[in-house]
Amino acid sequence: MREMRILVVEDDSEAGAYLVKAFREQGHVADHAADGLEGYAAAAEGRYDVLIIDRMLPKLDGLSLISGLREQKIDTPALILSALGQVDDRVRGLRAGGDDYVSKPYAFSELLARVEALARRRGGPKQEETVYRVGDLELDRLAHKVVSAGQEIVLQPREFRLLEYLMKHAGQVVTRTMLLENVWDYHFDPQTNVIDVHISRLRAKIDKGRETPLLHTIRGAGYMIREGAR
Amino acid sequence: MKALVRLFRTTAFKLSLAYLVLFGIGAALVLTRVQINVEDLFDEQTAQTIDADIRGLAEQYSEGGIRQLVEVIERRVRTPGASLYLVTTFSGELVVGNIAELPPDLPDGSELVEARYQRRGEATAHHRAMMRLFQLPGGFRLLVGHDLQDRKLLRGILRRALVASLFWLIAIGTLGGIIVARRILARLDKLSASARRIMSGDLDQRLPLMGADDELDRLAGNLNAMLERIEQLMAGLREVSDNIAHDLKTPLTRLRNRADAALRSASTTEHYRDALNDMIEESDGLIRIFDALLMIARAEAGYCSDFMGEVDAARVAADIAEMYEPVAEEHGARIELATAEGLTFRGNRELLGQALVNLVDNALKYGANEPGAVVRVAARRAGDGIEIEISDRGPGIATKDRDRVIGRFVRLENARSRPGSGLGLSLAAAVARLHGGALRIEDNEPGLRVVVALPATCADATRPPSAPVAPLATGFAAGTSPRAR
Repeated sequence: MREMRILVVEDDSEAGAYLVKAFREQGHVADHAADGLEGYAAAAEGRYDVLIIDRMLPKLDGLSLISGLREQKIDTPALILSALGQVDDRVRGLRAGGDDYVSKPYAFSELLARVEALARRRGGPKQEETVYRVGDLELDRLAHKVVSAGQEIVLQPREFRLLEYLMKHAGQVVTRTMLLENVWDYHFDPQTNVIDVHISRLRAKIDKGRETPLLHTIRGAGYMIREGAR
Repeated sequence: MKALVRLFRTTAFKLSLAYLVLFGIGAALVLTRVQINVEDLFDEQTAQTIDADIRGLAEQYSEGGIRQLVEVIERRVRTPGASLYLVTTFSGELVVGNIAELPPDLPDGSELVEARYQRRGEATAHHRAMMRLFQLPGGFRLLVGHDLQDRKLLRGILRRALVASLFWLIAIGTLGGIIVARRILARLDKLSASARRIMSGDLDQRLPLMGADDELDRLAGNLNAMLERIEQLMAGLREVSDNIAHDLKTPLTRLRNRADAALRSASTTEHYRDALNDMIEESDGLIRIFDALLMIARAEAGYCSDFMGEVDAARVAADIAEMYEPVAEEHGARIELATAEGLTFRGNRELLGQALVNLVDNALKYGANEPGAVVRVAARRAGDGIEIEISDRGPGIATKDRDRVIGRFVRLENARSRPGSGLGLSLAAAVARLHGGALRIEDNEPGLRVVVALPATCADATRPPSAPVAPLATGFAAGTSPRAR
């Protein structure tokens, strides 16, 4: 993953410092703003790839900050952090112009995966590819066809969408909640191991007979599809 | 004195007083009317008597002229009575009669008038009479009348009757009011005394019933039912807080122990890393429990009802069935889906989905342990509403446990050994209630059938839940088990 410029707007200085440190350790550039107005001023310059905005902020609350930016035609992807984390809060956040929503307390791996997904979306409006490729695995989105090492694989519709999402984010960690949101369109915590079972089914189909598997489990985070072993 | 003031302040007393005034006015009106009618009748009779007298005298006059008239009148005035006569000459001198003189200003003619007159031998004109004055030839004048003393007496009698009846009405009414008020006050005092005892903490107390089945008894009965409900809720609350203490303390203790153990015995970075990872997992489990509790609380408060839209229940049921199909296969079981068409209703798709996830997870965990087991997910129209049914052929839940099991953190004995928080059914029940529906737990003969019953239109989802909170769950642990990684 290339370097990202991230702005963290968080009034809790400890939480803000933790995030900045954690992102820097991942090789990204991260700045911290302690209140809504400071955050707005920094974000309005438009030099960040992703904004991480706490919902409750002094001086200017997170949702107003985002809608203010959107009115100024600044469309830097924004991820809302909230301690509330209920269905209606998510809806409100996304209505205000947020692009994603993570409720506190969160796992950093989850946040990182989502921030990377947002930054990648920003990485230029490249035309939607119709064929995704990872190694010798090919997924044709128009023909709904998957070919592995020259052999066509038959996938269930849901397996196809799962693989499509993983391949769209090839080389990035994709968390279980991201999969549930984007493949099944539900936003609750998947609980139990439902997603893992779907992944292992998919894995059995695409990694069968492969010496180095493509679909990797990232411990404590989620899954990633990529070519070759680490 | 104070007791009396209290008595006068009672509604019963005020009501009796109001009735008393009404009855008093009624009685006065009736008696006045009677008096008017009686007087009218009396006046009419007097007029008739006078007319008869006049006819008699006219006969005498036409037979024997003024002389015979005077003779007849002389004879008549000798016997005392109510009839009045007077004949005067043209100059106004008295010829014969029992009246001292012609009353002044008496209109001439045949008109019957009421006037004051002076009796012969009396000093003043203090009697009243109806009278008629005639002009006779030769300047003579004839007055015929009738005394109204009787009418005065009658009026007096009626007035006294009115006063007496009003007096008795007020006396009896006040007394009755006091008696009724005291009776009610005595009962209310008993009720308030019980209420105070209950307020001071004796929650087992109930309000006394008189067995009269009157409005006070019914009120007391309803209040007793309310107390029953409050007691149930309090017991439920106690149970929940006990359970929260237990269910949150257990993972917190584990968390602490792991940190402690790692500090004491871990030697390599790898060990520390493992311990930290375990602790993160444990924390995630705790967070999940908190989230579930919060969501139940919010759903019960009707908080999410702003975010309702058209939801296809069949689609959600199919989504969840499909999501869990591979999980079922791992268990050696399968999910059978049966959905009808056009099952749209007003609701929240996310919440319904989460409720169904919990129910399907439960069914697979507890009801599908035999190879080849089948969990059935069915959505259908039921009356005006929609029912989504999750059923299995497992051991089911004993009838006695079915109400209990919806309660938060309730886990039946055979579920305790497995992962779970005991919140899944509570959550499903809360979601059903939020939509104005209910969660039913039934016997699938054999096995368990959980039915999410939803009204087609959730007209009043924001109302406070009317269904009891505790009696909805089964001790099925819900699917808030720690995520496998």
